[in-house]
Amino acid sequence: MDIKHQKKIDKTVTSLRKKDVTGGKVVTESWEPNLEYAWDNGPAISRYLAELKKGKLIGKRCNKCDRVLLPPRMFCEICWRPTDEWVYVEDTGTVNTFCISHVDWKAGRLNIKGGVRPFTPAVIEIDGASKGMGILHMIDKTNPKNIKMGMRVKAVWKPAEKREGSITDIEYFKPIGKKK
Amino acid sequence: MDKKVAIVGIGTTGFRATTPDVSYRELTYEAATKAYLDAGIEPQEVGAFVATSEDFLEGYSISDEYSPDQLGAVLKSIHTVPGDFIQGLGNGVMLIMSGYADIVVVQGMSKASNMVTKGDLLTFAADPFAWRPLQESPHAIAAMEMNRFLYESGNTIEQCAQVVVKNRRNALLNPRAALGAALELEDVLNADPVAEPLCRLDIAQHADGAVVCVLASQEKVGSLKGNPIWVRDVSWATETNALDSRTWGEAVYMQLAAEKAYRMAGIRTPAKEIDFAELNDEYSYKELQHIEALGLCAWGESGKLSEIGWSERTGEFPVNTAGGCLGCGHLFELDGGQKVLDAVLQLRGQAGELQLKTANTAVAAGWRGVPTTTGAVVVLGN
Amino acid sequence: MGYRKVAVVGAGITKFARYAQETVSELSYEATKMALDSCEMNLSQIDCVSVGTAPDAFDGIHMNGEAMAEGSGGWCKPVMRNYVGGGTGVMSAIHGWQHVASGMFDTCLVVAEEKMSSAFPHPAGAFLTIFDHTTEQPLMPTLLWIFAIEMQRFMATHGYDKKDIARVAVKNKGNALNHPSAQLGAEITVEDVLNSEIMAYPVNRLDVSPTSDGAVALVLAAEHVARRVTEKPVWIDGVGHALDSAYWCTRDLYYPDYVEVAARKAYEMAGIKEPHKEIHIAEPYDPFTYKELHHLEGLQLAPRGGSVKMLMDGHFDRDGNLPTCPSGGLLGVGNPIAAAGLMKVAEIFWQLRGEAGKRQVPGQPKCGLAQAWGDLMQVGTVVVMRA
Repeated sequence: MDIKHQKKIDKTVTSLRKKDVTGGKVVTESWEPNLEYAWDNGPAISRYLAELKKGKLIGKRCNKCDRVLLPPRMFCEICWRPTDEWVYVEDTGTVNTFCISHVDWKAGRLNIKGGVRPFTPAVIEIDGASKGMGILHMIDKTNPKNIKMGMRVKAVWKPAEKREGSITDIEYFKPIGKKK
Repeated sequence: MDKKVAIVGIGTTGFRATTPDVSYRELTYEAATKAYLDAGIEPQEVGAFVATSEDFLEGYSISDEYSPDQLGAVLKSIHTVPGDFIQGLGNGVMLIMSGYADIVVVQGMSKASNMVTKGDLLTFAADPFAWRPLQESPHAIAAMEMNRFLYESGNTIEQCAQVVVKNRRNALLNPRAALGAALELEDVLNADPVAEPLCRLDIAQHADGAVVCVLASQEKVGSLKGNPIWVRDVSWATETNALDSRTWGEAVYMQLAAEKAYRMAGIRTPAKEIDFAELNDEYSYKELQHIEALGLCAWGESGKLSEIGWSERTGEFPVNTAGGCLGCGHLFELDGGQKVLDAVLQLRGQAGELQLKTANTAVAAGWRGVPTTTGAVVVLGN
Repeated sequence: MGYRKVAVVGAGITKFARYAQETVSELSYEATKMALDSCEMNLSQIDCVSVGTAPDAFDGIHMNGEAMAEGSGGWCKPVMRNYVGGGTGVMSAIHGWQHVASGMFDTCLVVAEEKMSSAFPHPAGAFLTIFDHTTEQPLMPTLLWIFAIEMQRFMATHGYDKKDIARVAVKNKGNALNHPSAQLGAEITVEDVLNSEIMAYPVNRLDVSPTSDGAVALVLAAEHVARRVTEKPVWIDGVGHALDSAYWCTRDLYYPDYVEVAARKAYEMAGIKEPHKEIHIAEPYDPFTYKELHHLEGLQLAPRGGSVKMLMDGHFDRDGNLPTCPSGGLLGVGNPIAAAGLMKVAEIFWQLRGEAGKRQVPGQPKCGLAQAWGDLMQVGTVVVMRA
């Protein structure tokens, strides 16, 4: 694969520019797939969602490894056995790690200079769940620059009548003071 | 490869039209728990796992992310084969034959009921330039194949309908089947056309379920409890995805896979040396086409033989003894898993009311469905 | 126990491009043809085909493995697809090894392809659906987030500085200048990386590999065939793969356990006891700058918390003690997901044969490693090869 192969390699692909594709220079075929799913969530996640609607977070304990698992699951993936009792956990937690995102899910840039707040997703270790049991959620009501590892946060819930049994029933997590 | 790799455990949830009480996680967990109990092993003893799935069947990009937990495969060697369960089984056999692992688990799962737009999904599998713009149903691809197969082989639409009657009746005695029914030939022939010559009852309806299978090397088999069923050979083949240049009459992929499997298993006259077959019947004509491709009867004879009861459970060469796809349900990539499951239960003498008198050697065969020409064959023996 | 010896005897690669006009099948064909030509073999000598392609959402074809089968030389042959997300490229080589090492086949074509440009408006959108459909997708996450989240944890745990990590981009994009397939070879500085636009802090644009179209193919052969075909077979002496739990928020993201498990399996098979001494050249997976270092630690090629110092000392440069990503990696050559992983295996093949042209590392390396990563911070795939 010497550089003498450069010409050969160049010939393998006809490299286009975006405007060639979108501007009709080359003939294209487009297809918008119509793919819809209605997932069965099973007993564990169904209860998780039902509790979210009530404004609570619930996990499930595995009595063998003595972990409180969040989100709850019907079996412990480490011990390979059915899990045991349901356990309510707190709606407070500690930031395990986070980032400050300037793009949305489609890689579209946010207008940060125009005052749009970047997304600040974080892995939050929830109080009452076992050490390291985090969930993905968003942090808000603080300057992104102030978010720190180990920061204490608390869930801000939607009003009860607007909750629908979804992880988004928690609007975001906001910073609170140190753990007592 | 005789007596090198055996199926030492198998577990299933059975197959139902819907499974609203469990997620894909619990569905596989149940089948896996049963398979491990059946084999007398713990998941910690497993050296490698193979999951079979396709992204758009699960509704995930990178669906393999969600494969390890419910199999007890966390931080273990596990990969996904987007292919029929029997291809996954073939990969499991390779893992053992290569020496990478001595116990391997193969998993398949269908949550077809969670897919709201199944028809669109199959269209999404078809060629983006040659087929999709025509806005035709993917069943039309099957119907075109059926027409050519009947034309070339001399088999008839009535004989295809006979397959439906047989398989759905067999399913009545199968506690795991979703679609048992006592139909008459006229019921099938008078059903609404979907893409002629295919009518509604020629097409297997979808079902949910999971199958988990435990494979072990010859050395390991001795130390495990239970009743090993030996993999005499496993093979798979693809013809072409192209609609313009594929063979429309014969199932070439299945012929290729079968020839190789028989050669390696030392089988010269399959109809005599094999006792029964569990093979893909996702569409009624596919059973006949696959019987012929597997060399179980002469070309063009499968329809006549079906009419005289040759492929009934009480016949000379039983086919789809537990109902096949038409009776158990179309399970997408798990179709081959249902075939292997029913072959293993027959070979072990555990098929209950469906049990055959003679069941020493079986062939199980899967097809990936429209619009593919990919099939897989496994010869099993006790 | 003894394993059946499997060699790589030929390799082929297309150019990596942001928008290729070629179809899935045509890209696969170009790489496959080049691989066969490189060892003067033809399809009649090929027993089976292993294909690798990552999410179908990119290519826009359900069951994309079927779509690429014919272009991959799979007509009327046993074709099987393997899939572990981003780890698929190196997994494809492992999967090919499984075919030949099993004794069921003597030769295997391994073909990995990705055509990401088919996804509009941007392929990144496909990554939304890798997250749990019920507990995570409603938050509209993007893949960038979890990389940035993981990088943050990696830096915080070890006290690494972002500007030091940026040197990975400088090194890899520089290496890629000599790769004929490269999409993004460039001479850049650490400041360029730090001044490039922020994607998701701490990740800047130049910390990230591009989206690409491309394909790579290898020809694998059992020993008796390999010796006939070539005087310079490169042996696959160790393979390993491992997948962690889908609950990615539950693990400590600072360290990739799954890479360690996969590597240890491969080292054991290859009889490697001290990887940092016995491995001469490595292609760790580098979709993001920090990922190369993260993986080198998981691979036991750098101590935990020690990879940045080695990077700063020039250890990983082309003329360093352990050249890493001499190809230019995903950051430089490009990232057509599955093809990028297999490109790494191909690079080790060329380097161990002394055929890497201007990219050739000095000192005639005898033992190399390629690794890929994928899924939700979850899978490690490792191949160890010897000349």
